[in-house]
Amino acid sequence: MTLVAELPKPAALPGGPNLRQAGRWISSRLAGALPLLLPVAIVVAWQTASSLGLIGNRLMPAPLDVLRAFWDKTISGELGVNIAVSAQRALSGLFVGGSIGFLLGIANGVSSLSHRLTDTTLQMIRTIPNLALIPLVILWFGIGEEAKLFLTSLGVFFPIYLNTLHGVRTVDPQLIEMGRVYGMNGWTLFRKVIFPGALPSIFVGLRFSLGIMWLTLIVAETMAASSGIGHMANSAREFMMTDVVVLALVIYALLGKLADATARFLERRTLQWHPAFQTPAKG
Amino acid sequence: MSQIQQARKFNAWGKGIEPEYGPQAPAPTAERGSAVGIRIEGLDKSFGSVPVLRQLDLEVPAGQFLAIVGKSGCGKSTLLRLLTGLDEPTGGRITFTGPGGEAVTPNARIVFQEPRLLPWERVAGNVAVGLGPGQGGRPAKEKSLAALREVQLDEKAGDWPAQLSGGQRQRVALARALVSRPDFLALDEPLGALDALTRITMQGLVERVWREQGFTALFVTHDVGEAVALADRVIVLDEGHIVLDILVEHERPRLRGAEDLARIERQLLDAIFRR
Ligand SMILES: Nc1ncnc2c1ncn2[C@@H]1O[C@H](COP(=O)(O)OP(=O)(O)O)[C@@H](O)[C@H]1O
Ligand SMILES: [Mg+2]
Repeated sequence: MTLVAELPKPAALPGGPNLRQAGRWISSRLAGALPLLLPVAIVVAWQTASSLGLIGNRLMPAPLDVLRAFWDKTISGELGVNIAVSAQRALSGLFVGGSIGFLLGIANGVSSLSHRLTDTTLQMIRTIPNLALIPLVILWFGIGEEAKLFLTSLGVFFPIYLNTLHGVRTVDPQLIEMGRVYGMNGWTLFRKVIFPGALPSIFVGLRFSLGIMWLTLIVAETMAASSGIGHMANSAREFMMTDVVVLALVIYALLGKLADATARFLERRTLQWHPAFQTPAKG
Repeated sequence: MSQIQQARKFNAWGKGIEPEYGPQAPAPTAERGSAVGIRIEGLDKSFGSVPVLRQLDLEVPAGQFLAIVGKSGCGKSTLLRLLTGLDEPTGGRITFTGPGGEAVTPNARIVFQEPRLLPWERVAGNVAVGLGPGQGGRPAKEKSLAALREVQLDEKAGDWPAQLSGGQRQRVALARALVSRPDFLALDEPLGALDALTRITMQGLVERVWREQGFTALFVTHDVGEAVALADRVIVLDEGHIVLDILVEHERPRLRGAEDLARIERQLLDAIFRR
């Protein structure tokens, strides 16, 4: 009873959090941390097993060893340079392959002539796994930048092409007709109706292509490169430096996650109108 | 909102003249927009070898509210699409006429059964589409808001279409059609997808904007009661011909289910089902 009396009344603290709000805040924080629970548990278990000698350090380094490798490589500057090189390759591939895929997807979605001219050919090329081209690409370009750019661009191209094409082709024809009724044509119709209508699908393509982008780059860098994260991992393998190999994997995972998060962020920002991205209407 | 309140609201933005729409209130004449007459002569339309409209003749005086009823597939939408230029006739002639009977180019708009709003434009942006491309900035925004006020949806100007109800979406579509002050408005079963109560409200709304703006209205509906409640004149279309053409000269607003209206409804149904 005295305890209750001593507590300041809610009204005396304008805007002060009441108990229920605090509870909700904590539970929302916990819900936010939930996805991290499993990875943290795995790392802790892994470190424990390594420390107890259950996992041989020659084949699988302990998390702390990976951390040390991270520190050493950062200090020497090697890591920063390699990340920059890999990221630049990834982005150039995304830019080149993505632009071509986007433009061809739009062209083939809008013009049936362009579609008839190119789509069958593209679909045939698509059936070749792009990594199967590595031997040929090395013959053509050696292990220079062109080889990586070619492979990543090709890998990125198809998801963006296919999804842009699909997006354009599935824009509601009733909306297109409505646009025409209201005097839209050509560029206006594209800008106001076709492109926004295709955008959700284009984002699906983008996120697919990001996965392929990293995959292609990893393989290309491992097989034919003199710099980059893949090269760092591959040369570490020759010296049995498993900690560096695992470090490279972790870096790839983080870069992949970063790329995906960026795409999701852009998606949420540009597709605010989409019911799937709307916060429930305020009362 | 009572009718009196509504009337004041319209006066505030300088449209409504009459204090109240009652049997005693004269039809508004001042400040009405322009309207075009429509003359259809020997109109033919076939898809491939299938004729849909055959030798159709129809004269619609400027400002008339004409309802078109008929069985599904009898060519009602086709007629509206020809009139709004969405399709080309196979034969015959459509002429729009000005006050002196001279041929004019109409400012025609069409409202479909589906609202067909752009989901990625907010409500006000969707209404601005009705102004045509190349219209933007403050004047466009103000016109859009005025049109939204006309359909009593101005407080939703900043919402996404996905946040509206079906009836509200159709009101936005109506505002989009009205924002450019058309002299001919085609409505293709505009209320067909709405629930019965929303329909009644929307019928009142359509009648009100038509009385205020004075455009020529062609209203396709499958609801004979709705046609009789709203239109000056109802035609029945069957196999591409007009099989019945009657005037409904009752005072507005009309009482649903009034006896003489019911008689006209029955007459229309008989013509539709060839009884
Ligand atoms: N684009 C088209 N191509 C072929 N046939 C069509 C087309 N549009 C309409 N039709 C046919 O024309 C007839 C009339 O259609 P419509 O005008 O939509 O009827 P209503 O609106 O009266 O229900 C129907 O038999 C329909 O199948
Ligand atoms: Mg129809």
